[in-house]
Amino acid sequence: MANPTSRAYARRSTYPGWFFLPAAIIYGVLFLVPTFASLYFSLTRWSLFSSEFIGLTNFYQFFEEPFLVQGLVNTVIFAMITSGLKVVLGLLLAVLLTSRIALRGYLRSVVFFPVLVSTVGVGITFTVLMHPTQGAINVALELVGIDGPHWLTNPSLALYSVALVDVWKGVGLATVIYIAGLVAIPKDYYEAARIDGSTPTQSFFYITLPLSRPATVTVITLSFIGGLKTFDLIWAMTRGGPGFSSDTIASIIYKQYQAGFYGLSTAGNVVLFVLIALLVVPLTMYLNRREGHE
Amino acid sequence: MSLIRRHWLSVVAILVSFVVFVIPFIFIVLTAMKDKRQSALLDFSWPEKFQLWENIVDVITTRNWQLLTAFINSTILTVASVTLLVVFAAMVGFVLQRRRTRWNGLINFLILAGLMIPPAIVPTIWLLQAMGLFAKLHGLILIEVAYHLPFSILLYRAFIATIPKDLDEAAIIDGARPLDVFFRIIMPLLWPVTVTNIVVQSVTIFNDFTNPLYYLPGRGNETVQLTLYNFQSQFNTSYHLLFTNILLITIPPLIVFLFFNRQIVAGVTAGAVKG
Repeated sequence: MANPTSRAYARRSTYPGWFFLPAAIIYGVLFLVPTFASLYFSLTRWSLFSSEFIGLTNFYQFFEEPFLVQGLVNTVIFAMITSGLKVVLGLLLAVLLTSRIALRGYLRSVVFFPVLVSTVGVGITFTVLMHPTQGAINVALELVGIDGPHWLTNPSLALYSVALVDVWKGVGLATVIYIAGLVAIPKDYYEAARIDGSTPTQSFFYITLPLSRPATVTVITLSFIGGLKTFDLIWAMTRGGPGFSSDTIASIIYKQYQAGFYGLSTAGNVVLFVLIALLVVPLTMYLNRREGHE
Repeated sequence: MSLIRRHWLSVVAILVSFVVFVIPFIFIVLTAMKDKRQSALLDFSWPEKFQLWENIVDVITTRNWQLLTAFINSTILTVASVTLLVVFAAMVGFVLQRRRTRWNGLINFLILAGLMIPPAIVPTIWLLQAMGLFAKLHGLILIEVAYHLPFSILLYRAFIATIPKDLDEAAIIDGARPLDVFFRIIMPLLWPVTVTNIVVQSVTIFNDFTNPLYYLPGRGNETVQLTLYNFQSQFNTSYHLLFTNILLITIPPLIVFLFFNRQIVAGVTAGAVKG
């Protein structure tokens, strides 16, 4: 038997602190250092080789230049639409796909599969399907007598069309999260409510909706953060166009980077970071507090 | 009555799901089979002439076999970064869950920060250049590891909580060294969550477009998602090749989906039910 000291030593080193090291080094150097550096470089005019301190000029630009302001507004609109639709459609699909419906496995698969497909591929496919005159969507609408809109070439519509495609691709994720939440609700509750004379609609609003709250919190948080950061789908479909009508902060960051305005591009990163912190932290706090009260 | 309603609902659900979710994929396959002239019509029609094989050969050999290079690059990127992710995330998750130290609060905060904060792109490029890792495949591998560590650590930590601590102590008393405890006893028990991690992160990294676009520019450095982007500008009149490319890069996720559907769903829904 080992003596107490060496046993204490052994127990401590069962969980060696250096296990953190490889992850900490990679994460620290490649994620944390640039994040902190961005706070400084966003205040400069920067060419990668030299940087000139210019104070808050880049940030003023973000709130003054019309196309940058529009990008800011678009980002919030895009995140709100996509996360809102994913919550509503995800919950409805989950209720449908946990009921005794025919071909349930097939339905779950087709709803979820787009989540795994390349975003750029989806973007290109829908750009073709949404072509104003030749695209399959408008051709189909014409058959039933509707004059289809110019999905991606109408400046006041482009952002919403991209948001719809984002929902198409991401609703499967919301659905499987809700399904996991719904199957965890005990069947007895529905049984008891039914015996007490509850209609299916009442059961949905008084049992399903409140008890699927943890899933709702996950879906909203995930899709809201994802929506604020969206880049690849917008880039594949509209490149922020027509004009700047579907630009988001992430696409502005890329455009400014390509144009060589590294300071402004980095300021975009900081703006996006602050926006996420300002919107998501209160949102999660609110959602979690409400949950505690129930 | 209820039987009729159920059938009615099923039929509607199947029809709507087919139109909304299946037709876009059928459109990809049909366009990939057409010739150049017919594909330019962009319509949803039956191919007059099937030339899927010619299109595949064309799209692979074009631009000096760019797609082949891209598949090799993407495979190296995915395999290497997922391997590092699994090992490093499991190590952190294990010690983080087992040992209560004053660092835990900070580490948990950093994990959440990593899930939320968008990476600062130009400063990262500046740093990669300084270290000689910019536009290098191994640089991008490390970037993918850094960006995806938080999610993997969360998955591992939650799973390790279900493995009794007595196991580690019993092994130590039996004379196992600390490294053996982790690599020979804990790691094998983590296999289910390791599979989930491998599957979810492989799909994510294989489909990643933004990070290769920023951190791995240059000829010969393309990953599969970027070939699509390059072909989009080059082939804006050759939709048959563009869609053949989409078809080809959809096959790996499809295979993963067919074999690992359950693990993927387990991974993406982790943490959704508790609370």
